Amino acid sequence: MEALHFSFDGGRAPAPFAPALVGVVASGNLEVLVEPAAGTGCRIDVDTSARGFGAIWEAVLRDFHERHGLAGIAVSIHDMGATPAVVSLRLDQAVSAIRGATP
Amino acid sequence: MDWPAVATQLLGTGHAIVADGDFLGGTATFDGAEIAVVGTTNHAAVGVDLALRQARAVLEVVERYPGRPLLLLVDTQGQKLRRRDELLGIHRAMAHLGCCLDLARRNGHPVIGLVYDQALSGGFITSGLMADACHALPEAEIRVMRVPAMARVTKLPEALLESLSLTNPVFAPGVANYVAMGGVRSLWDGDLAAGLRAALADRDTADRRAEEGAQRGGRRVAADVMRRVLEA
Amino acid sequence: MSGASFAEMSARERLAAVVDAGSFHEWLPPSERVMSPHLAQLGVPAAFDDGVAIGRATLDGCAIFVAAQEGEFMGGGVGEVHGAKLAGLLRRALRDRPAAVVMLAESGGVRLHEANAGLIAVSEVMRALLDVRAAGIATVMLIGGANGCFGGMGIVARCADTVVMSDIARHAMSGPEVIESSHGAGEFDSRDRALVWRTTGGKHRWLTGDCDALVEDDPAAFRAAAVAALGTHRPMTLAALQQESALLQRRTDVDGDNADAFELWALLGVPDAQAVPDLDAAAVRVRRPVALAALANGGA
Repeated sequence: MEALHFSFDGGRAPAPFAPALVGVVASGNLEVLVEPAAGTGCRIDVDTSARGFGAIWEAVLRDFHERHGLAGIAVSIHDMGATPAVVSLRLDQAVSAIRGATP
Repeated sequence: MDWPAVATQLLGTGHAIVADGDFLGGTATFDGAEIAVVGTTNHAAVGVDLALRQARAVLEVVERYPGRPLLLLVDTQGQKLRRRDELLGIHRAMAHLGCCLDLARRNGHPVIGLVYDQALSGGFITSGLMADACHALPEAEIRVMRVPAMARVTKLPEALLESLSLTNPVFAPGVANYVAMGGVRSLWDGDLAAGLRAALADRDTADRRAEEGAQRGGRRVAADVMRRVLEA
Repeated sequence: MSGASFAEMSARERLAAVVDAGSFHEWLPPSERVMSPHLAQLGVPAAFDDGVAIGRATLDGCAIFVAAQEGEFMGGGVGEVHGAKLAGLLRRALRDRPAAVVMLAESGGVRLHEANAGLIAVSEVMRALLDVRAAGIATVMLIGGANGCFGGMGIVARCADTVVMSDIARHAMSGPEVIESSHGAGEFDSRDRALVWRTTGGKHRWLTGDCDALVEDDPAAFRAAAVAALGTHRPMTLAALQQESALLQRRTDVDGDNADAFELWALLGVPDAQAVPDLDAAAVRVRRPVALAALANGGA
């Protein structure tokens, strides 16, 4: 297992929200918890069962930050070997959840 | 120790406990009062038939002997692994047995479990673990599953599980470990009758296992989580 | 009916669909990170809620406590924290006396990765459930996940007043793979899905009196069955357990040494037993022999 930490500057805080959880920790899947965080920027912590994919996580998460531009949030991930496409999907679902959309 | 030796040490030679196949049942006198005994031997694989038989024996005690203590002698390799037993609802038969033991407790019968040889998995859930408290002989073995099967199901390496079984309370099958986790209240070593006497004297029937696991340090988190749920 | 598949939903989605819309209030939510202390040492990822969501809600306006096990996380296995959340919920029910405790059960039983801690946890859940039942609070199990309800949780679930199953669900003790591992494919061919489902599935449990309601694989159907079960409470008196004992014994006597469902259904008087696997839940519901209803809620 590997623990990765990322932090991205810029972006705008969303409307106040309660923590939201999407996904499940299962093979090929992940769970994403999004919580309000103090300060500007977007913090993302990843616990992943697969080692050595730091560069790919960096790319996927940077993409996510550029796509949604959210600040003042902390994203926590428990991953069990999801593909980049599934990771992006879950992150998008998490953003929908905190914006109040029903999945 | 085989069941006749346990019975003799606990209850003297005048007991009226008999084995019928894997089933143990009967009565004995202890400290001048009658106690009922129900249990298993031969590392019994508990299927529908044996679960129902034990349940019947428990119901008979509840019906005919109000307040009589019930001693469960446990030696089981766990549930029987046969299609017929699944077809006939072994989970139902085991739930039924558990409910009968629970009825006995609720009706004021002291129910005491003693693992005198082995206790695995489902066989243990609906015997010793349904007692007011479960005790064990020091040389007994309690586990969920044997390592090779566990390795197959979890896909964890057998070598890893073997080494954890030696060092890690969560995996170690020794009964002292179960005492530390609160699953077993005490070990009866040497003077077995003293162990039974103390068990019969303890009339607190609440489930204290999480508390005891926390106090003894073998299972630190469960009691705290339960408390947090109550206070949430 | 809603047209959605209960089996394909996550535990949280099912829970939200069963209780009154928006009424679920979670205790020990994911953001509190009450997680397993044992999984990291095995290099296995933990879950924020340790695979079970618990809390209070309303069901048709009645206050209930509810729990939903996530079958995709560790097979829904019960570990130390997961079990303590369930036991805590049940102990709280004794104090707060909701109308019912409803559990959406999907589990392989004891979480093997937590072995001893999981085994004791399952027992604590069982004792707490029986306390709730004895206190006169209705206990309801909804079993409809793809992984079924097995092992220690299989026993625990059958300790509830009402067990609701979909026709595609399974409720048993040991899975077919474990039995095949032990005694060979001749004993139980785990790849024969029709055999597996007629041995342990919802239709079989309904016909033989081991489940109390049979529904379609639909969250609306599960919701309706849960609402119907709110008022069902079956006290475990000596007389009730003696009756259950006699009925269970008679069922095994009728069966003899037979291990196949078609044979057993025919012996028990199910009309046209061979047709059962092709029937839908509604058609199977009307075929349960009256004698078996006494083993379930339908009869007592």
